Amino acid sequence: MTLDLRPAPLSLSWTPVCAYTALLPERGACVLVADQQIAIFRDFEGRLYALGNLDPFSGAYVLSRGIVGTREGEPMVASPMHKQAFSLVTGRCLDDPAAAVPTYPIRVADGQVEVSVT
Amino acid sequence: MTRVVVVGYGPTAHRFVETLRGKGFEGSITVLGEEPRPAYDRVALTSYLDGKSLADLTYPEPGDVTVRLSARVAGIDRQARVVTTEDGHSEPYDVLVLATGSSPFVPPVPGHDLPGCFVYRTIDDLDAIRLAAQDATSGIVIGGGLLGLEAADALRGLGLATHVVEMGPWLMPRQIDEGGGVVLRNHVEALGLTVHTKAGVDAIEAGPDGSVARLVKPGGEAVEAQIVVFSAGIRPRDELARQAGLAVGERGGILVDEGMRTDDPAIYAVGECALAGGMVYGLAGPCFTQAEVAVDRILGGTAAFTGADLSTKLKLLGVDVASFGTLDGALDVTFMDPVGGVYKKLFVSDDARTLLGGICVGDAGPYTSLRPLVGRELPASPTELLFAGTGGVNVDLPDDAQVCSCNNVTKGQICEAIAEHSLTDVPGIKACTRAGATCGSCVPLLKQILVSSGVEVSKAMCEHFPHTRAELFDIVRVRGITTFSQLIAEHGTGRGCDVCKPTVASILASLMGGHVLEGERAALQDTNDHFLANIQKNGTYSVVPRVPGGEITPEKLIVIGEVARDFGLYTKITGGQRIDLFGARVEQLPLIWRRLVDAGFESGHAYGKALRTVKSCVGSTWCRYGVQDAVGLAIALELRYRGLRSPHKLKSAVSGCARECAEARSKDFGIIATEQGWNLYVAGNGGFTPRHADLLAGDLPTDELIRVIDRFLMFYVRTADRLQRTSVWLENLDGGLDYLREVVIEDSLGICGDLEAQMDRHVAGYFDEWRATIEDPDKLSRFVSFVNAPGTPDPSISFATERDQIKPVLIPLEVVRS
Repeated sequence: MTLDLRPAPLSLSWTPVCAYTALLPERGACVLVADQQIAIFRDFEGRLYALGNLDPFSGAYVLSRGIVGTREGEPMVASPMHKQAFSLVTGRCLDDPAAAVPTYPIRVADGQVEVSVT
Repeated sequence: MTRVVVVGYGPTAHRFVETLRGKGFEGSITVLGEEPRPAYDRVALTSYLDGKSLADLTYPEPGDVTVRLSARVAGIDRQARVVTTEDGHSEPYDVLVLATGSSPFVPPVPGHDLPGCFVYRTIDDLDAIRLAAQDATSGIVIGGGLLGLEAADALRGLGLATHVVEMGPWLMPRQIDEGGGVVLRNHVEALGLTVHTKAGVDAIEAGPDGSVARLVKPGGEAVEAQIVVFSAGIRPRDELARQAGLAVGERGGILVDEGMRTDDPAIYAVGECALAGGMVYGLAGPCFTQAEVAVDRILGGTAAFTGADLSTKLKLLGVDVASFGTLDGALDVTFMDPVGGVYKKLFVSDDARTLLGGICVGDAGPYTSLRPLVGRELPASPTELLFAGTGGVNVDLPDDAQVCSCNNVTKGQICEAIAEHSLTDVPGIKACTRAGATCGSCVPLLKQILVSSGVEVSKAMCEHFPHTRAELFDIVRVRGITTFSQLIAEHGTGRGCDVCKPTVASILASLMGGHVLEGERAALQDTNDHFLANIQKNGTYSVVPRVPGGEITPEKLIVIGEVARDFGLYTKITGGQRIDLFGARVEQLPLIWRRLVDAGFESGHAYGKALRTVKSCVGSTWCRYGVQDAVGLAIALELRYRGLRSPHKLKSAVSGCARECAEARSKDFGIIATEQGWNLYVAGNGGFTPRHADLLAGDLPTDELIRVIDRFLMFYVRTADRLQRTSVWLENLDGGLDYLREVVIEDSLGICGDLEAQMDRHVAGYFDEWRATIEDPDKLSRFVSFVNAPGTPDPSISFATERDQIKPVLIPLEVVRS
């Protein structure tokens, strides 16, 4: 099974991080790739998203532990620290246009979730 | 600079100085109060014997006012403009305000000054009555008016066989007519009080010990009693004014004009000492209005006091009694239900078009909606209006109708405030206009006005559900919904958020029990519930094992110490008598809990919107003052309600005597031991808006206490809003404490059996969720730092040392928000 969810340049290098089935729907998990903390999420429909794990408001690496839901249809995660919502698609903070977190390519290959950090 | 000096420090004086400062007066204000304590709410005096403390009754201290207590004024030198106190202090004034109040009238019958005779006016009077009641079995109140019945209620509350002696032909003759008097008397007698009407007093006689033993009526009939309380009216305290040569009325009272000014232009008189328009006013509302008029005049305004609404509505001895407008009219319509104990009468003009007044006993429903309509055209037939406010008729008010008679606020002013300050709730209206802030009887009307003034009070919890938490709770309960997905598919939109998901998780937990991390429910939980620990600023968690009642063995203390030492945790004693261990990383939580569970600990639910802790003092087992086993009860309660998920956290405490060392009255439910059992207080809060808990029920035996708490908690769990503590919940509950009492004690809704069964299910279904977690590999698998590197601790977490313990160090980052 290959679920490639976003157009990605061919040159990306992918790192497998866990089995797709290890992710709970609407819950995040944290992975460590090339010394970077990446928060990965699986939404209700099964799509995957990857954001930087650092919450820019609190300075703590916690976004993977936020509640996942939607804001006007847009998939989002709410920081567990002070509840600011971040778009899972764009990484933009939906409560403060000045803030954003990085997003990373993510896909499933042979049942494995892979992220790319290059 | 203008110097204003106020003589007297009762409610009217307090209102005066508060208003004067509030209106921007910049001169100096000095208050000389005779009592040794600051101004307190005399209207609520009886509640002092009912468990309220002096602090509860004391008004907030007005800012920038010099208050001299125990300062009895000896004289006024009007030439020099100086008042002198008995202790020799001189206070010069430019404007003097006399707010000396009144003294209870004590008829000069033989024996009126015997030991055992009291009046009912100050905290000191109440303290003396309470003390005397300890050695008494029966008491007599002379005077069957409003205050007399209050005093009778107080004596009854002190456990005395109580008599009420009224000269008039029925009780409360000034407020209600004969028909109302009959119904009121039935109510009062049903409570075990003895009523004597058309009854004079010949003498009060002493017993062998020299204090009161009996009251003798004309004709020789005697009533045995050890306490006599005079409540036969008030007399204005105008002695200072007389002495200073100010004009006073023939039957007392300092003469004032429409601006509350005496015949000395530098001296005003307000409140019960003033004779305004030929009347002395003894009700809070008119006195407050007088204070406000005086303020306006002092500041150069032209406000006038031209009489006041003497409507009253109160609950006496558990009976609603209200009267409003003129108690006389060409036509009247009466409804009487002697079985239900209800009497209602409306007076209307001879063309039956104008409402003139009304009397209600046993059901004050029409009072709130009809009082503002006095003098206006009837909005419906008088018969229909008799049932207004009881669900029958909805009454539309004109803008100039006075909604709050205590603070003289019209509907127009309220609507203006709503529009100007975008108010959306009753507390907002109270803060802006004072409406509803004194007796509270107009609060239902304020809610109606909010709704009818088009304020779109959105009750939607979030964009995903158009419901309140209470509505969602009912949907889940009635339709038997067991998952968030089903609920949002059938009743909401989208996929939820950090507002609705934890709320639904809590509702499911309250109704279904089970593990909060089971199946889909795991995804609904806030990070605290998801890791069963409390997140801290650096992303680590704190751990709080349950220590029921704050009682812990040395062995268990040692285990906590060893765990903290072995995992390098920061330890701190909490306010809830337990120990908090900080600095645990997610992957350490199961290891820490393995050790704690093995030593017999269980989850303390410090992370949940759930019962936290039941604090206790050491109680009668050790304390020489204790009257009940506070620790034993606290442990029993904590074990009973542990794990109960609720709209917000729940805190409790048990004190073993009235000294209240456990601070139970700052808790959601607090219990204070009495000689006879337990007093249950509810809806207290510390925190941002402190609130003393209210007495819900007194002297309960333990099993009864637990039954009432079961009902109270489940009623709260069912009906409160999301993140609404019991204090705010009760403040917003229609009908307030009385209504709560009706529901959970008198079972007026017939749901108590259901509430108790729900609590029984909770108690039977309890299990330790940490033990269940460490025994389930699936749940355990979530407690990892990195799913692809479970052995690697989060490298961003680091600590420094402070006072020999760790403290978090955050990696500096470009902070997004300054």
